Amino acid sequence: MKTRITDVLVIGGGLAGLRAAIGAAKRGHEVMVLSLVPPKRSHSAAAQGGMQASLANVIKGQGDTEDIHFEDTVRGSDWGADQVVARMFVHTAPKAVRELAAWGTPWSRVKSGDREVIINNEKVTITERDAAEGLIAQRDFGGTKKWRTCYVSDGTGHAMLFTVSDQAIAQGITVEERCEALALIHDGERCYGAVARNLMTGELFACLARATVIATGGAGRLYRVTTNAVICEGMGHALALETGVAALGNMEAVQFHPTGIFPAGILVTEGCRGDGGLLRDAEGHRFMPDYEPEKKELASRDVVSRRMEEHIRKGLGVDSRFGPHLWLDITQLGRRHIEHNLREVKEICAYFLGIDPAEKWIPVRPAQHYTMGGVRTRHTGESPYLKGLFAAGEAACWDLHGFNRLGGNSVAETVVAGMIVGETAADFCDDPENDRAAPIALAREFVRREEAKLLALLQSNGEENAFKLCTEMQEIMTRCVGIFRTADGLQDGVSHLQRLLQRSRHIGVRSKTRGSNPELVAAYRVRRMLKLALTIAYGAYQRTESRGAHFREDFPARNDRDWLKRTLAFWPQETEEEATLPRLEYEALNVNEMELPPGWRGYGAKNHIEHPDTAERQFAVERTRNHVQLAGGDRFALQQELMPYLDKLPARLQGRNERLDEPL
Amino acid sequence: MNAENFQTSRCITLNILRYNPQDKASEPRLQSYALEAADGMTLFIALNELREHQDPTLQFDFVCRAGICGSCAMMVNGRPRLACRTLIADLPDESTLTPLPFFALIGDLSVNTGKWMRGMSERLQTWLHAKEAEPDLERIEERMAPETAEAIYELDRCIECGCCVAACGTAQMRPDFVGAVGFGKIARFRIDPRDTRDDDDYFELIGDDAGVFGCMSLLACHDMCPKALPLKTQIAFLRRKMALVA
Repeated sequence: MKTRITDVLVIGGGLAGLRAAIGAAKRGHEVMVLSLVPPKRSHSAAAQGGMQASLANVIKGQGDTEDIHFEDTVRGSDWGADQVVARMFVHTAPKAVRELAAWGTPWSRVKSGDREVIINNEKVTITERDAAEGLIAQRDFGGTKKWRTCYVSDGTGHAMLFTVSDQAIAQGITVEERCEALALIHDGERCYGAVARNLMTGELFACLARATVIATGGAGRLYRVTTNAVICEGMGHALALETGVAALGNMEAVQFHPTGIFPAGILVTEGCRGDGGLLRDAEGHRFMPDYEPEKKELASRDVVSRRMEEHIRKGLGVDSRFGPHLWLDITQLGRRHIEHNLREVKEICAYFLGIDPAEKWIPVRPAQHYTMGGVRTRHTGESPYLKGLFAAGEAACWDLHGFNRLGGNSVAETVVAGMIVGETAADFCDDPENDRAAPIALAREFVRREEAKLLALLQSNGEENAFKLCTEMQEIMTRCVGIFRTADGLQDGVSHLQRLLQRSRHIGVRSKTRGSNPELVAAYRVRRMLKLALTIAYGAYQRTESRGAHFREDFPARNDRDWLKRTLAFWPQETEEEATLPRLEYEALNVNEMELPPGWRGYGAKNHIEHPDTAERQFAVERTRNHVQLAGGDRFALQQELMPYLDKLPARLQGRNERLDEPL
Repeated sequence: MNAENFQTSRCITLNILRYNPQDKASEPRLQSYALEAADGMTLFIALNELREHQDPTLQFDFVCRAGICGSCAMMVNGRPRLACRTLIADLPDESTLTPLPFFALIGDLSVNTGKWMRGMSERLQTWLHAKEAEPDLERIEERMAPETAEAIYELDRCIECGCCVAACGTAQMRPDFVGAVGFGKIARFRIDPRDTRDDDDYFELIGDDAGVFGCMSLLACHDMCPKALPLKTQIAFLRRKMALVA
């Protein structure tokens, strides 16, 4: 058995993992990163829009503060977020942008003077301040009160990932590329690292570490159609789940985007509809006004996605070899507009569909987009259930996004979480209380177990085909656990998935090589994906309310009275081989500790059922506000009174953020 | 209108180079696969269909499948391209797929670009060499002219796919050649006012035959770059600057 020993093991080489790795390395620890692909190929690179941080440089962002970013984020989450975490996040986001700027990210900059923009489908001239010339610019995004999204032209995620990856190289951080973690090494109380497999050679090795960080991104590939990269299969989620000890939080919270191109699922921007594009069905009929007479194509993302799926269910989608879809028609915008204002869309259509969107309709269908659920952690990023296990970014549920993530908060979260978890993982290693001898015998046992599982797969004469099981799972998830959810559909989905999980115990692989073997990889991954799919489907079945992206047709209202709580999913340990369902527990959110008590989001349905504590908390918040104002306290004093959080941040991140209108 | 969006069905043949260097019994050979082309089908979709339905041993790399991550570069009918954004509709009825030359072969169409790119980054120190070790995160960021930020981004768009190196005549003869990708990186940091290095420093990195003086100006790199980076001008410019230092 080959054994590698390090201080901090980071699983995942995207933005969150690399930033955490850099933080721990700078604190003097040995760090090893396991990455399925070369780190610069990670899905972080696909984020195009930008990163939210309340810098308030542009005129449309003037007056922006952490307070407004905080409120936008909590409302977006439909009050599912942990508000202390949201505060830590909005406070650190400006620092993250500025750190990246100092490391080389070519953020787009403010040019002072007049410029023409389109707001609400009308041309408007805005004037940027001279004082802001050359500072980092912000653009507009959905669900935000201010222009807050910092960006690098149309390639924000790419530029951020290359900056952070190059910094990791500068730090000399070891990255084991094309290596996959198969299991966490643990004794039920403490995590000691992971068993890894080299995907090029098939070799297994043990990585023993004092702190282990899961930063593996989302699980979009559980669905048939997703905007996610092919590596986003939730394998980090599965590592935690399969310990039987660690919990996954809110797995039923899954975000969908209305216009993924079909069948590839590659995203085309909301700007198409913003500029006047229309959705059409198989008969060429523009159907959105039938459902949403007021907002039509421009209702919110979740609403449009729901209506599109409803229309397809009625059999009005366009049939194709890959299944039904609808059309996005932007031909009426004219060639000039498309070639000047929607250049990216034009290129995507040319490369991936071979069509010219000025002349032909674009096949689209809502696509899975983001995994709000993840490895449940404290605000430090550490699992409350398994000491020494941390998680950061999309793979984690610490819980910033609740039941719906705002655009621009995903890449922001990756870097902020990396900055925080890099420090807390280093703190963990520095604390002599956490010293343990490297458990070689335990590692040997875990490697032997994984070895045996792989061998069993290779020797099995089972008749089940891993690729087919995966496709069936993806279809069930899209059909039963998608945008629209009902008790019947979810029950059907859960029992189907249970049968698939049972069938997956009889997978046979045709290719018997122990080295590089894509079929073997598909075989062991699909079993894990099925467990994750079951945590999503079963969690969605049990949650009899609608909150954020989780929409139950049979329970359309948000129900704070009964459901202002986080779902925790555990995989039963003793009966792991027989189990087909997770064990669910619930963790109540405490209204009396909230800075922003639950209310109406400001958009969407206004039909929620109040929590019994909300009125009292609202009153207490108002009273505190009046007290602080009378005493002449500023916004910082008020915030401190309502919900203190600063002491939870690493000391070097606690300072205030300077702005043009808010000097230090 | 709708009917125009569909093509009539068409059967195509893909001849794929098969070789597993880990298996001593394996010998490089072309294997032919037939499949039915579908509307909107890319090589990403086609190769996955082949693996799922015809040959589970087929090795290839895709990640984003949207032309962003640079994982899937391969030789398509003799030219380096991103497979994910290559439409079957644009290929002839019979096509040949081979792995990128120059890079270490993992198997079939999969090559180890990641290892080479990391080595190149370490050698050319492709990270920002800042004035201060630790930036002050509380203060307003340093200003930069908007045009400068845009110019840096234009060179920062490289996705390290390896097409430029695969197409490079010099790289065929000099395994230590840093390639257009390397020159692009140096050009990017050279125009970044935040970087403290000067041309003397860059000369140490690329002022030899493994660097900018090794380029024979065949410039297939420029023609093959999927991101249309201005490699031709950047290489010529760097060569002139480095010649001045020499």
